[in-house]
Amino acid sequence: MKSLAELAAIREKMKDKVVLREGTGEIRVVVGMATCGITAGARPVLNAFVEEVTKAGLGDKVTVSQTGCIGVCQFEPVVEIFEADKEKVTYVKMTAEKAAEVVEKHLKGGKVISEYTISNVIS
Amino acid sequence: MIRSHVLICGGTGCTSSGSKVLISTFEKEIEKNGLAEEVKVVQTGCFGLCALGPVVIIYPEGTFYSRVEEKDVAEIVSEHLLKGRPVDRLVYKDADEAVIEEAGKTLSLNDTNFYKTQKRVALRNCGLIDPENIDEYIAMDGYAALGKVLTEMKPEEVIQVVEDSGLRGRGGGGFPTGRKWRFTAANAADQKYVVCNADEGDPGAFMDRSVLEGDPHCLIEAMTICGYATGATEGYVYVRAEYPIAVARLQKAIDQAREYGLLGKNIFDSGFDFDLFIRLGAGAFVCGEETALMTSIEGNRGEPRPRPPYPAVKGLFGKPTTENNVETFANIPQIILKGADWFASMGTEKSKGTKVFALGGKIVNTGLVEIPMGTTLREVIYDIGGGIPNGKKFKAAQTGGPSGGCIPASLIDTKIDYDNLTAIGCMMGSGGLIVMDEDNCMVDIAKFFLDFTVDESCGKCAPCRIGTKRMMEILEKITEGNGTLEDIDKLEELAYYIKENSLCGLGQTAPNPVLATLKFFREEYIAHVVDKKCPAGVCKGLLNYTIDADKCKGCTLCARKCPVGAISGTVKNPHVIDTTKCIKCGACMDSCKFGAISKG
Repeated sequence: MKSLAELAAIREKMKDKVVLREGTGEIRVVVGMATCGITAGARPVLNAFVEEVTKAGLGDKVTVSQTGCIGVCQFEPVVEIFEADKEKVTYVKMTAEKAAEVVEKHLKGGKVISEYTISNVIS
Repeated sequence: MIRSHVLICGGTGCTSSGSKVLISTFEKEIEKNGLAEEVKVVQTGCFGLCALGPVVIIYPEGTFYSRVEEKDVAEIVSEHLLKGRPVDRLVYKDADEAVIEEAGKTLSLNDTNFYKTQKRVALRNCGLIDPENIDEYIAMDGYAALGKVLTEMKPEEVIQVVEDSGLRGRGGGGFPTGRKWRFTAANAADQKYVVCNADEGDPGAFMDRSVLEGDPHCLIEAMTICGYATGATEGYVYVRAEYPIAVARLQKAIDQAREYGLLGKNIFDSGFDFDLFIRLGAGAFVCGEETALMTSIEGNRGEPRPRPPYPAVKGLFGKPTTENNVETFANIPQIILKGADWFASMGTEKSKGTKVFALGGKIVNTGLVEIPMGTTLREVIYDIGGGIPNGKKFKAAQTGGPSGGCIPASLIDTKIDYDNLTAIGCMMGSGGLIVMDEDNCMVDIAKFFLDFTVDESCGKCAPCRIGTKRMMEILEKITEGNGTLEDIDKLEELAYYIKENSLCGLGQTAPNPVLATLKFFREEYIAHVVDKKCPAGVCKGLLNYTIDADKCKGCTLCARKCPVGAISGTVKNPHVIDTTKCIKCGACMDSCKFGAISKG
């Protein structure tokens, strides 16, 4: 180890790998992973979220986790986004592509994509 | 892409309750469920809640599973990791109702009563990182403090920061760490040393072991910083051979640090050289005393030598040496990174920062806790420790092991710090905290600790070698029912004599358990010698079992249980115990269904 830069490089490389143990971030992305969710394709959605969040450098801000059945099985895969002091956002019929879009626009840009939300399908 | 980490405790406690097999079982099940690309299994150091081991935590939720068995693994993997449904029956749930309600099934570790009032500085990485992976330590800002010290700070500035932080020795003495470093730095020599005292010998104490097992790189970093600040280029960690996991992990960590150039020549291109070596202790308690420890590292029989000269002047191999305890060192990198003010903002006026305690004895949550200085004993025992099991009453807490004293129930609101404990005739000690309830006899406790020091006295000086033995004989006389009031006076006088005249810390503190129990529980000693009774019903020599003729139904069960045939009586008639035959084993009392047998 000859320089601080080398140390910093290792730290940056590893940070993403341990950040998920630091407890809950400011934003919590919860993917419904009950049998209904998995059948409807929740796993690629979950993996897409994990990947995109890391890629976007939001690892310390956003925690991606899973939960059981959310209760609206006909709309699975369902993803809920919790943020302190904000109303919960529920995305339905998600795909890996939509997940990437949500990370880009919602998590990074702060703009809810209303056409994917539950309010758009139940009216 | 990894989305979830399964952290399995690989500390000594959980290893002995079977965590090793969990690691391979988890890996197998994860593979079977096709999750190998998404979930990673990590072996960590101690989480602290040893009573509930093996402990498993699943992140990012932070779900805390306790007492996980091999047969539970398949369910955790298929339910929690695959379907996102935590296995409720295994989730540790000691938290406030409201918190549980709100968190639902995702109750995390930090919400539990055991963790929520803790403040983890020395233990910050324990249970969070893989101790055998230097990269994980670096990810948690590891070696950043060393980098800062070597590239931006002068040795004098480092000492100043440590001094300003108010850090005091965590081995028990409480000497200001910065001042210790300054003494060594001031002495010019061709060679100086840094020594870490990891010879943790107090019965019931395992703070240092947990740091070594859970975060070994932290110690390496801190000792290197100390070397730079004091002008030392070599360090020794003196650790008990009875800590095989700790020794193996520390050795692995040293090898990794050397490979990365964080130990060795010209670290961070600063021109500073430092290297570190492990020396194993052979299990002698006296080697925890600093001069005996150094004598032992030098290859001689572990015996103390008179001070002065202090190690800062003439220490290891006759050279200026800084010696600190593991926990003291574990605070250093954080102090450098976050500053002296940050550290000094925790704790009380003269005791800054946090202290790690190993909770044991009559307490629900046996384990390792780190609390800010100034936390009351009540909070430690009832809030964090979960109180006394079986509805028993708290009687006293023993701190500092065989060198310490006890805090009685009447002083349970004492704020724990160095000076408050000294003021009540107790001491901080290294951090063993043994809780006692109404069933513990204080004379017996004093005898237990004295028995330990009699065994462990190295024999070099007469007050300790002969004096503790004589004290032990008096205590035996008292607990056997042959004591007199004069014996109590003699015991006390001898205790003060040994304290004042022993060569090293072992002898100087050996009478403490006796003096503290005499101070707070003198009436128990008097009950033993005057009334010939042991109020707690522990000392067998003073016990008599009797059968209440009114309650006895004559079922004959006790007579059949008695191993020495001391109980006589006929069916449906009250039985009698022959006290001359009775060996006081208590089997009759345990067997009686009518509560007719009592002891006293």
